[in-house]
Amino acid sequence: MSAEPFLGPAEIARSIRRLAHEIVENNRGTDGLVLVGVLTRGYPLAQRLAAAIREFEGVSVPVGRLDIGLYRDDVTQRSASLRPSAIPVDIDGKTVVLVDEVIFTGRTTRAALDALVDFGRPAKVRLAVLVDRGHRELPIRPDFVGKNIPTGLEQSVRVRLLEVDGEDAVYLHDEEVARA
Amino acid sequence: MLEVKEEQVAQAADGDFQAPVRWRSKDLLDTDTLTPAEIELIMETAEAMHEVRTRPVGKVATLRGATVTTLFYEQSTRTRASFEVAAKALGADVVNLTAMGSSVEKGESLIDTVRTLEAIGADVIVMRHAASGAPYLAARHTGASVINGGDGTHAHPTQALLDLFTIRRHIGSNLEGRRVVIVGDVLHSRVARSNVWTLMAAGAEVVLCGPATLLPRTLAARGERGSCTVTHDLNEAIRDADVVMALRIQKERQEKGLIPSMREYIRGYQVNASRLAQARPGALVMHPGPMNEGIEVSAEIAHGVASVIEEQVTNGVAVRMAVLYLLAAGRAA
Repeated sequence: MSAEPFLGPAEIARSIRRLAHEIVENNRGTDGLVLVGVLTRGYPLAQRLAAAIREFEGVSVPVGRLDIGLYRDDVTQRSASLRPSAIPVDIDGKTVVLVDEVIFTGRTTRAALDALVDFGRPAKVRLAVLVDRGHRELPIRPDFVGKNIPTGLEQSVRVRLLEVDGEDAVYLHDEEVARA
Repeated sequence: MLEVKEEQVAQAADGDFQAPVRWRSKDLLDTDTLTPAEIELIMETAEAMHEVRTRPVGKVATLRGATVTTLFYEQSTRTRASFEVAAKALGADVVNLTAMGSSVEKGESLIDTVRTLEAIGADVIVMRHAASGAPYLAARHTGASVINGGDGTHAHPTQALLDLFTIRRHIGSNLEGRRVVIVGDVLHSRVARSNVWTLMAAGAEVVLCGPATLLPRTLAARGERGSCTVTHDLNEAIRDADVVMALRIQKERQEKGLIPSMREYIRGYQVNASRLAQARPGALVMHPGPMNEGIEVSAEIAHGVASVIEEQVTNGVAVRMAVLYLLAAGRAA
């Protein structure tokens, strides 16, 4: 990645801290809270949110991971390899915060909601994203947003995370880049 | 053993974030055409399917609208049932055909049959046939995906894949330096043939073992990784083995004079406690089924702690789900 990132490591860290505070405030504490990261990059984000919450609340919130490959409606995305989902606690009656790196059309979130109900019936489901780039195709909106980035449809947003990509950065490209 | 499994699942999910390989083949006819990357893709996908099967409702709707047909010209319990359960767990519709009671009895040719199935709307045809190579012929004459569910003495790819999956869940994905003994009627075994490819690709030292009359020496090979050797001495083969896989011995073999007697076979080739004691501690005992208990494997071993025979059957569903999913996704792409 040679281009200048739109967001760097310090801004990403700040966003995550703020999101963590908002999530706890909205939930009036950490009771019944479960963070579920959408694979691939939502999962390390969820882990970082949990680490931030642990820092200022002293409580370890359970973190799960969700592979949505089996629930996608765009069949061409399907042959990407699947990974096992794992949610360490029973989510019945809990407040589940779905965590994803970018929200765009909302279709990933729709698939994640479908996947989630196969694990149980949460009392509430919330959505936290690092970046909202607009252009929803479904009636879905995030509850917690790290950064709103207005984009054109022809543009693409790539979030890269240390755990997955070896760096913390958000890039904005002027043309569509094939997503990993 | 349960702990080992969970640890490996966690590793598989946490460890690698490589760009996925895409599935390209229309059919799955044998394991010898699979690249190591494709085998890895099937294994990872199967791991995800295995997780789906552990949920309270072990079912998703991913293949909703797809039709999977099983076309069996030979008897089968577990393979056909396993494919049916796998297809239904993915939300596909399933049509089961056996040679008996279908137009095959009226002399319909294989080619006509698969064309008819495609015209009816079959997306995937799972086929078992007594003639080696029959699924290849079928695959050439239909646009539907063909999965070989066992053809004659040639190949049984999903069995080999589920065997590999089972071994990996206990030992890990790198089988380099691991000794896998396959013992029994290797000559007539499609399971053994398909297994040699996947196990060697994973780096294993495969040892084929059986009476000289049932042991094709031509299978001996040395690959880039892994190797395959043959011996008729099970006591020698089993020493330091990590996995011992027994094959079904068919009673007809005795009538053809390939083995002197069952008693003789048991004496030389049964996997029993005293032989297993020579293997590495924690060695796995496997059998593709159906098993002649007390012949290929002694009863105490078949139901003992080393046995993963039932687990093989359970894993078979996850692996077949993975194969169905990848083939169907490849068709849609």
